[in-house]
Amino acid sequence: MTLLWLLIGRDLRQAWTSAGLWLPVAFLLLVASLYPFAVGPDAALLARTGGGMIWIAALLASLLPVDRLIAPDAQNGVLDQIAVRGIGEETVVLARLVAHWIGFGPPLMVATPPAAALLKLSAETILRLEIGLLVGTPALAALGLLVATLTAGLRSSGALAGLLALPLAVPLLIFGAGTLGDGSGAALKFLAASSLLLVAITPFAGGAAIRTGRE
Amino acid sequence: MSGAALRLDGVACLRGGRMLFRGVDLSLEPGGDALLAGPNGVGKSSLLRICAGLLPAFAGRVERRGGVALCDERLALDSNLALRTALAFWAELDGATSAQLDAAIDAMALGPLSSVPVRMLSTGQRKRAMLARLIASDAAIWLLDEPGNGLDTASLDLLGHAVNRHLAAGGIVVAASHQPLPLAAPVTIALDEYRADDPVEPA
Repeated sequence: MTLLWLLIGRDLRQAWTSAGLWLPVAFLLLVASLYPFAVGPDAALLARTGGGMIWIAALLASLLPVDRLIAPDAQNGVLDQIAVRGIGEETVVLARLVAHWIGFGPPLMVATPPAAALLKLSAETILRLEIGLLVGTPALAALGLLVATLTAGLRSSGALAGLLALPLAVPLLIFGAGTLGDGSGAALKFLAASSLLLVAITPFAGGAAIRTGRE
Repeated sequence: MSGAALRLDGVACLRGGRMLFRGVDLSLEPGGDALLAGPNGVGKSSLLRICAGLLPAFAGRVERRGGVALCDERLALDSNLALRTALAFWAELDGATSAQLDAAIDAMALGPLSSVPVRMLSTGQRKRAMLARLIASDAAIWLLDEPGNGLDTASLDLLGHAVNRHLAAGGIVVAASHQPLPLAAPVTIALDEYRADDPVEPA
């Protein structure tokens, strides 16, 4: 357990020192402030479409740090040094998943109310957005990390990561945006199920990808 | 460190469809050391990675008893941190005390550089930092890939002292090097003698 905390602590410190924590926040706020310029200052239209816009921004923000998640440590030998110590790749990926989520899920949730204000969203929509992001951002973090482990050894991995992750993220976007206009709660349950699945398989799939990439 | 052992039994290595070597045997007991020799590309680094468990052996068996520490050409230290802070992460991961870490830093004469960011270090200083991590790790089996690269005469002496102390304490050292290393009577493996010339059929 202390091992896991050590790894999480290092990953968080890396994210903090590389200013990675501000990137998703700045990105979300930028998109939210540009959107009214593009569609016009129609309050009713903004309120109806703004929530979906924030989900798209959250999805794209999750891809911003993908090229920093695994590739530098793989090239620098950090992953090998950890493996030599008999620590499983699954543990490394799990720690990184936690650190990556902390580095982008909560900051996005903090940035959502000001972004929602720019889009004239109602208080009820903001609440649904926050709950949806709380449930959905672990899935986005897991997906980004999984793609990062798969593309770590490749050149121009950032662009490839986007191409790989976006189709897989479509269900998350549908369920996530679906929670906004859905009174039954079914979309939220589907979102939670996808989130659980992705979080559960990422340490194993990512660990296997790192081991394969070593050869 | 007692009871450390490293045993290779008929180890073969296949990289990129090419058999680099086959039939390598090695048996090291506490205090044993081996030197891997041979021209570039003969598979010295690959054999070290097989010993470390990072690469699977294509054939043969690898047996390790005791912890492993690897020092290769990659720094694996966070470049924006002070040297001691960066090393402390690994020391904590290895369960080493801060006194052990300080001793390792002193053994490589890095004390005055403790607060210097890793990215400002020179090539030789980086190598010494990697060796300090190795010493602090308290692992029984040291795998050294070109440990003398970039080291000046004084640092080579430090390396020699560290290796001899490790061997005297019952550790095991396997080194690949082009320069003469201050190893006492190592088992020398000339890897070009194990070269497999017949092409391998793709599976």
